[in-house]
Amino acid sequence: MEMRSNMETDYLKIEKNARIRKRTVNVITYILLALWALIVLFPFYWMLLTSVKSYGAYNSENIPQFFTLSPTLENYVEAFTAVPLGRYLINTTIFTLATTAIMLAVITFAAFAFARLDFKGKNIVFVLFLSLMMIPNELVIITNFVTVTNLDLRNTFPGLILPSVTSVFYIYLLKENFEQIPDSLYYAAKVDGTSDLKYLFRVMIPISKPTLITITILKVIECWNSYVWPRLITDDENYFLVSNGIQEIRENGFGRENVPAMMAAVVVISVPLILLFLVFRNKVMAGVSRGGTKG
Amino acid sequence: MKKLLRDSGLKGWLYLLPAILFLGVFMVYPLIDVFVYSFEEGYNSASQTFFGTGTYNYSYVLHDPYFLQAVKNTFLLVVITVPLSTGIALLISVGLNSIKPLRNLFQTIYFLPYVTNTLAVGLVFMILFKKTAYSDGLINLMITWFGGTAVDFIEGPYWARMFVLCFYTIWVVMPFKILILTSALASVDQMYYNAARVDGTSKLRTFLRITLPMISPMIFYLIITGFIGAFKAYSDVVALFGTDLNAAGMNTIVGYVYDMLYGDSGGYPSYASAAAIILFAIVLTITCINLLVSKKKVRY
Amino acid sequence: MEVTLQNLTKKFPARGRKNREDVIAVNDFSYKIPDGKLIGLLGPSGCGKSTTLNLISGLLKPTGGRILFGEDDVTGLPPENRGIGLVFQNYALYPHLTVRQNILFPLQNLKGKDKLSRAAMLEKADEAARLVQIDELMDRKPGELSGGQQQRVAIARALVKMPRVLLLDEPLSNLDARLRLQTREEIRRIQRETGITTIFVTHDQEEAMSISDEIVVMKEGVVQQIGRPQEVYDNPVNLFVAKFLGTPPINVFDGEIRDGRLYIGKDEVLSVKGVSDQTVYAGVRPEGFVLHKDGPLCCALSGVEVMGRDISVVSRHEASLNPAVRAIIGTENSVDTGSALVRFALKPGKVFLFNKETGERVRGQANEGEELLRP
Repeated sequence: MEMRSNMETDYLKIEKNARIRKRTVNVITYILLALWALIVLFPFYWMLLTSVKSYGAYNSENIPQFFTLSPTLENYVEAFTAVPLGRYLINTTIFTLATTAIMLAVITFAAFAFARLDFKGKNIVFVLFLSLMMIPNELVIITNFVTVTNLDLRNTFPGLILPSVTSVFYIYLLKENFEQIPDSLYYAAKVDGTSDLKYLFRVMIPISKPTLITITILKVIECWNSYVWPRLITDDENYFLVSNGIQEIRENGFGRENVPAMMAAVVVISVPLILLFLVFRNKVMAGVSRGGTKG
Repeated sequence: MKKLLRDSGLKGWLYLLPAILFLGVFMVYPLIDVFVYSFEEGYNSASQTFFGTGTYNYSYVLHDPYFLQAVKNTFLLVVITVPLSTGIALLISVGLNSIKPLRNLFQTIYFLPYVTNTLAVGLVFMILFKKTAYSDGLINLMITWFGGTAVDFIEGPYWARMFVLCFYTIWVVMPFKILILTSALASVDQMYYNAARVDGTSKLRTFLRITLPMISPMIFYLIITGFIGAFKAYSDVVALFGTDLNAAGMNTIVGYVYDMLYGDSGGYPSYASAAAIILFAIVLTITCINLLVSKKKVRY
Repeated sequence: MEVTLQNLTKKFPARGRKNREDVIAVNDFSYKIPDGKLIGLLGPSGCGKSTTLNLISGLLKPTGGRILFGEDDVTGLPPENRGIGLVFQNYALYPHLTVRQNILFPLQNLKGKDKLSRAAMLEKADEAARLVQIDELMDRKPGELSGGQQQRVAIARALVKMPRVLLLDEPLSNLDARLRLQTREEIRRIQRETGITTIFVTHDQEEAMSISDEIVVMKEGVVQQIGRPQEVYDNPVNLFVAKFLGTPPINVFDGEIRDGRLYIGKDEVLSVKGVSDQTVYAGVRPEGFVLHKDGPLCCALSGVEVMGRDISVVSRHEASLNPAVRAIIGTENSVDTGSALVRFALKPGKVFLFNKETGERVRGQANEGEELLRP
């Protein structure tokens, strides 16, 4: 009988220990996760905060203040008037939209040819395409720089856009998607006298819409943040994109000391993509895990 | 039927034409050209002439102190950030996978750096870490809270600059790694954990003996892409230290290539090409080594 | 080890916002499982049998009730402290470990005074492997094994630390038909040899009936009937149990009792004493039919299937709830396939009556001492 009651308390002890351990682990987990969330969010907070501090107030802070009681929008006005931030934004929008649109057309046709049409040499070309995936951008950018310069396309939109309107990886992704559409649909359409082009637009593109959206989102992010090529190819600030704009602002813009105005510009540049992300959160994350590394 | 096939033969090429055209002009031709450049000595981009051919460009680049500095910086960056970021991402993903409330919120927050402009947020980091004449900056303020002495992380000692660079790089690459690892962890069937629990396996042992081996393919994928990505570091460095990286002593191999091509020290596509090919060779070698190792280690 | 379930209940909170009602997966389950027996938990998917198993294993915590292993109340214990072995439906073998490493895995978790030397562990692993006859496969990876072999490895892994109770979740569902027969014998043998109280879950009644000492039939979280397989088959408490057990399934007819006689359609088929006049469901086991030229049950013959061991007569009847009436008769009978009609007499012990509303068994002294055939 004594044994039994001993056993009982043993069991209770085990139960209790397990519960306490679980709770402790849980608390530690949340603390660590919150810590990283803080590290991620803090720069965003700081840029928002600084962007609403007045120039004078910011510069008189020998010790940085974690909040401000007199927020001001003057830095945003400054950001749009002292430097052509509006111009940069418009340029980036044009660049992003044009690049993405042209690329979608190019890769859709290419993927369609690989997935649906039969022609001699298709497989060889496809293997060649795939092998191009291994080539880093850094290797070809040198010649492209020379090519575009020789074509007199520096400081023009075509010069900015054309080198990045194809992506072998996206062609591959889309081709895989197209191939999952059953052949019978194609033959049925053929029997009805549908042309290839019509079939592509009426059937394949609607069915593959999720993949196309994923590709679009990834490309838009890439375009909006692209820096290296625009920097090489433009030195006229009428053609600067936001990344170059930021660099320009930093080095020559508001005068080196106007940090709040810089931060205002940074906020303006960051907001569109963050909004895009918050709206299409799941699509963006699914897309990135399927096909993206940064840059 | 025969006519249809012949038609589609031509049609196929027609559909491919834009892609082939663009890839030809902006990928295949440059690929060949970059090798040609790299062996043309004394190329002058204005007159488009050169003296002769040979390996002089390579030896110039390999003896250029700026290049050597860039190689050192890049290697340090790779060696520090790849293991650290992968490790931290693994830790965070495991944490994320073990909680239910707030999980989506955390995931959303963690992903934010992926969709922000590297240059723009880099500027914020610079402000946070910079020590100026009138203010020590926020990070230094925190350092002094804990009894340390303020350091200028942007223009101060080398280790401090390297620290900021690594910190920022990790901050930038984390979203992708966390995303991949959380989905890898979630894809491990719950039944294995149940089996381990029934057998009284400790949490640590479950993680080391079951979870890790099962997600090891994804970890190796991340390490390889991490290596490649870190070797190509450039824009985050510019974001922190400005465009004149040689002067800041923080140049990277890619930065060296661009500087040779363009900018104040630019106009030498031959040197740039040689440096780019050296970079490519390094990346290729390391990728191959990685693949070999992972073939041996990732066992299923 | 005797396992006692007392008023075991498990509710899952409702998922969606609109349907606020909790899902009761297991409802007030009480059962004393005798020591050293093989018990089959049986029911259609979603009946709560797997939940019950997970409650016993400790992977789930009950909402109410208690679980006792012998005298020990284990209700609140985490699974690792219960001393159970669990074989998962998909085996849950670690794919990156060899068979030996898989079997060793539970032993390597032992701590403190239970800790074994390496040699002792290997010894135990070999012993378990011999028991399930996989000692040849010890250095393979699970991916290189057939389904049946994986199953054995999973059982060996569950047995290696000599559990107090062995739990098997759908142990045969991933095997093909031939292996299934072989493996169920194997489970029976292993259970006999080890004498460990074993509980397994299945949706396949044949499987449960063939090897269990006792079966528990469940439906929507509620235990319908517990008993020895033959007992449950011969004496189902309700229509659900009657329909669930037996292949081919029981034939159900709309029936009516008038003046102590059972009518199926217009046919007066049996006399039943002590049952008041009412409409009922009449269930007739396929083997309850006897071919008889003057039999009271008259069906339209659709076909005859010769199975070798016996004959299956397929016919239609207006009062039948199944699309076809299926009777199994001995091969000594011959059926005139040219004939449009076939007449049966019924074996009283194979006919069960059920209440039309509740599906509960309607019992009279129905068939006691009755003459077998009613001309």
